[in-house]
Amino acid sequence: IVPVAGLCPQGAYGVQDSLRGGFSSVKNELLPSHPLELSEKNFHLNQDKMNLSTLRNIQGLHAPLKLQMEYRAARQIQRLPFLQSSHLALDTLRGSDDVIGFEDILSDPAQSEMMGEPHLMVEYKLGLL
Amino acid sequence: MALSNVLETPASGFNFDNAARNSALEGLFGGGQTPKPLKTGTTIAGVVFKDGVVLGADTRATSSEVVADKQCAKIHYIAPNIYCCGAGTAADTEKTTELLSSNLAIFSLNSGRNPRVVMGVNILQDMLYRYHGQIGANLILGGVDCTGNHLYSVGPYGSVNKVPYLTMGSGDLAALGILEDGFRPDLELEKAKELVRVAIHAGIMSDLGSGNNIDICVITKEGVDYIRPYLESEYRDNRKMKYKYRPGTTPVLTEKVVPLKLEVVQETVQQMDTA
Repeated sequence: IVPVAGLCPQGAYGVQDSLRGGFSSVKNELLPSHPLELSEKNFHLNQDKMNLSTLRNIQGLHAPLKLQMEYRAARQIQRLPFLQSSHLALDTLRGSDDVIGFEDILSDPAQSEMMGEPHLMVEYKLGLL
Repeated sequence: MALSNVLETPASGFNFDNAARNSALEGLFGGGQTPKPLKTGTTIAGVVFKDGVVLGADTRATSSEVVADKQCAKIHYIAPNIYCCGAGTAADTEKTTELLSSNLAIFSLNSGRNPRVVMGVNILQDMLYRYHGQIGANLILGGVDCTGNHLYSVGPYGSVNKVPYLTMGSGDLAALGILEDGFRPDLELEKAKELVRVAIHAGIMSDLGSGNNIDICVITKEGVDYIRPYLESEYRDNRKMKYKYRPGTTPVLTEKVVPLKLEVVQETVQQMDTA
């Protein structure tokens, strides 16, 4: 069981927010409780990294740069964080608009049982929290 | 009620929140008593014959030592010309084959072509490798497409095997012995069905996790023949499937009707502001 990075509390200095998140234990922050937890959290990131670096090696720097510019533009046109965005432009760019995976069936955010406080969510997204 | 500790919408897909709780609970149970998922301790087999593919499966689903389902359907529909037998964790095989079927349906609607077996195998392989074997699905995919008759097996870690005859499940060794002995290239339809039946029967006899009826699915260029059940087990109980009582079973002794008198006390009309 190898300790990994990536499970520490998010935020500017990596300090656990006890008021909102409750108490933390060092064990939970170092060791993943499920073998797939980290690989699933970063799956799309890792896949994109791999694909874009292959693309750079084959076609030169301009290819991944142009694609990433389009992804960034598509990612900026979402709704506010507490509302559901359809991610249609992003899906079309990635080609995942005609593929069904587990992320479309399980834990659909539109049917999530927990609702966040809208003001806090916007502040968190803007980095003011 | 809006919670103030939820700062981002939860990510879609698998949720690992309970993994820490489960590992803590396992310590409390003192070893060996945690509830186990429903497995299909199974015998499934497939054979390529002259005109197509024959798939066979037993129908027993077990949950540890108890038979949970005596009429489990283990041959799943993927496409009109592709069927898949599933062994392993029952829920995993169900959901994985449903996802595969949806993806192939989208593909054939997008491109206007019939899906090929090798496409299904590639999708399954990518999906199962991504989860590193945590999805316990051992699948045998068989189908007929424009390139010929194909039979593939996919393991839970994403390993693929393309052979003319295959078995999987807990009873696979017993069934494989029969297939190794009796398989010839270019069998006739009736001989192929008989071979698969004898193979599944050997699995049922030698393995505790397989039993009850035998289902057979014959896929040819002309179409699919899903024979369920192909052979029923002799040891069936005579329980009726429904325990419904006829109307009138309970006699009515007395009847008393008291009408509820309601009168309108107050009426208010509030108009919606639709400006």
